[in-house]
Amino acid sequence: MDTLTTRESADDELPVIARFEVRHRSYISPAGMPLRKLPAFASDVALLTALYRAMVLARAFDLKAVSLQRTGRLGTYAVALGQEAVAAGVASAMRTEDVLLPSYRDNAALLWRGVKMEEILLYWGGDERGNLFSGPPHDFPYCIPVASQAPHAAGVGFAFKLRKEPRVAVCFFGDGATSKGDLWEAMNFAGVHKLPVIFVANNNQWAISVPLKLQTASETLAQKAIAAGFAGEQVDGNDVIAVCAAAEEAITAARAGEGPRLIEALTYRLGDHTTADDAARYRPPEEVQTHWKEEPVARLRAYLVSRNAWTKAQEEALASECQDRVEIAVEHYLATAAQAPVTMFDHLYAELPDAYAKQRQELEDKLEDKLEDKLEDKLEDKTRG
Amino acid sequence: MAERTLVEAVNLALGLAMTADPNVVVLGEDVGVTGGVFRATVGLQQRFGRDRVVDTPLSELLISGLCVGMAAQGLRPVGEIQFMGFLYPCIDQLVNHASRLRHRTQGRLTCPMVLRTPHGAGIRAPEHHSEATEAMLAHIPGLRVVIPSSPERAYGLLLAAIRDPDPVIFLEPTRIYRAAKGDVEDDGEALPLDVAFVLKEGRDVTLISWGAMVKETSAAADLLAEEGIDAEVIDLATLKPYDEETVLGSVSKTGRCVIVHEAARTGGFGAEIAALIAERALLSLLAPPIRVTGYDTIIPLPRLEQHYMPSVDRIASAARQVCQFG
Repeated sequence: MDTLTTRESADDELPVIARFEVRHRSYISPAGMPLRKLPAFASDVALLTALYRAMVLARAFDLKAVSLQRTGRLGTYAVALGQEAVAAGVASAMRTEDVLLPSYRDNAALLWRGVKMEEILLYWGGDERGNLFSGPPHDFPYCIPVASQAPHAAGVGFAFKLRKEPRVAVCFFGDGATSKGDLWEAMNFAGVHKLPVIFVANNNQWAISVPLKLQTASETLAQKAIAAGFAGEQVDGNDVIAVCAAAEEAITAARAGEGPRLIEALTYRLGDHTTADDAARYRPPEEVQTHWKEEPVARLRAYLVSRNAWTKAQEEALASECQDRVEIAVEHYLATAAQAPVTMFDHLYAELPDAYAKQRQELEDKLEDKLEDKLEDKLEDKTRG
Repeated sequence: MAERTLVEAVNLALGLAMTADPNVVVLGEDVGVTGGVFRATVGLQQRFGRDRVVDTPLSELLISGLCVGMAAQGLRPVGEIQFMGFLYPCIDQLVNHASRLRHRTQGRLTCPMVLRTPHGAGIRAPEHHSEATEAMLAHIPGLRVVIPSSPERAYGLLLAAIRDPDPVIFLEPTRIYRAAKGDVEDDGEALPLDVAFVLKEGRDVTLISWGAMVKETSAAADLLAEEGIDAEVIDLATLKPYDEETVLGSVSKTGRCVIVHEAARTGGFGAEIAALIAERALLSLLAPPIRVTGYDTIIPLPRLEQHYMPSVDRIASAARQVCQFG
């Protein structure tokens, strides 16, 4: 008998001390047909149409933002094409007093929570005032570095627990973020202290050009919660009803003191990483085409139509309404004058220290000199004229 | 008034701040049951409970990130990093979040956190336990960087740091945690965060230092006094934002300056002070400013560290050199 076989058979006799499972949740097929009994809220037509409208608006907004970028009127922008159901579905299960900690691809959640489109444009157009938004004042700004907002979510959850407030922190991140220690450290702490934090992995299967299989050997991202001592669940991220149901359950449990959850929303990035990226360089078009068949907006529309809850006339009215709203937002954005240069010193500290007040003065003097030069030039021109 | 060590003064300030403000939360590795590796938080968990004195998992990045989230929610977290060599995982949080949360939300969210960590060499510690990389932190806009050199200043400056509405890195000079003793009154009086302390007035040369090195710098001033050189000693105390006016006022008076720090020379904070003096006090100078610092080497392990650290002798020699210049 060879030794390897001996060892294996010995291992078989060792007791199993833990077993884990990860569930996958989906209710609506890509064609919009129910796959199983739907959750109770799915009979609320008003809620489903509100979600549909939010997703259509987010997509119209994205399209416009890209065209603004292409015409030099917006900076680099991250589109969420195909992932609208994740952000909108989770946000719809949150309360205003909960705290959102978004990544840079979660505009549908920001819009749902009351951030204005012109504010989002202002931020991506290079103006910090975009983060001084009309959404809940305790919500975090976009996190541009990957995963570093996860420890903040744990800190926010800790504050809620310490003050015994029934509030929940909801943290969005992508599949790439699950490779970073930040996320693990945050989930680990949230697990130890049973904090009211929901971790939402927007698994769009690509981290810029790196596919999921090079990101992790894990079968699911949801299972990463298991090592932190709490449940992870995978949902069909293109099925907004599934996203909504998972978020609702997780948030309700967290609010009741049952601790954190991880939701892996399996979706697909139909667009480029950002306007600075060209996904055709690394991703076969056939793969993208396949995923277009599963995208969330058409899926929910098909379901609503099949339930006689959505008409062609409503669809047309919504398209033109979204276009109008986006156009008005763009007008407001473009009409917003840049801040005065010296405002770069504002909000640096509660009170600007003397040493930096001098630098502010330096900038102010420089600007005045320039203004005087201009006036003198004009005066000279006039004299000559 | 009782005589206390520097680390006892830290403990006293933490206790007072926690009593005065229920939002103050202490968190870090081993800060609870054992009271921290240097005993700076000893007794606090017994007094304030495990909710407010939190033994975190062993993850420094987490400690700094938790502080940001808690501070944005209105708490006043005071995180402890066990040694400065273990602070580096926190740099992402400090640069990308803590320092700019106020600015990037235009004042909507703020980050009133303190991150404490022991600073410097000279305790015969293992590798990575003797770091003095304060210049790196002082380079980050939006932060405050503070380092006391006596129990009195540790107490007053830590109280100020905890009460400050912005993020403060509070460096504690390990070498004098217990060696420095002084009368500390637990009266809740904070010291200003952007003021340098003139420890000894003098006419001939300005000696500028901070943290544990203030001890050798003051000793050098005493030695010089015996030789008839009247040195002024400044404890910079806050490196960011630092008190430019006290530095310039002193150098304008003496015309000579020696800057002392144990951190490596290149790009050290002494270079910043020398540049300030060159820019704004050149015509009062009687000699070039000189830096007495650690060398541009990896801080040696204990058998050689005493040769790396600026000594009283090196500081005094530099002062004599600038006094004899020209």
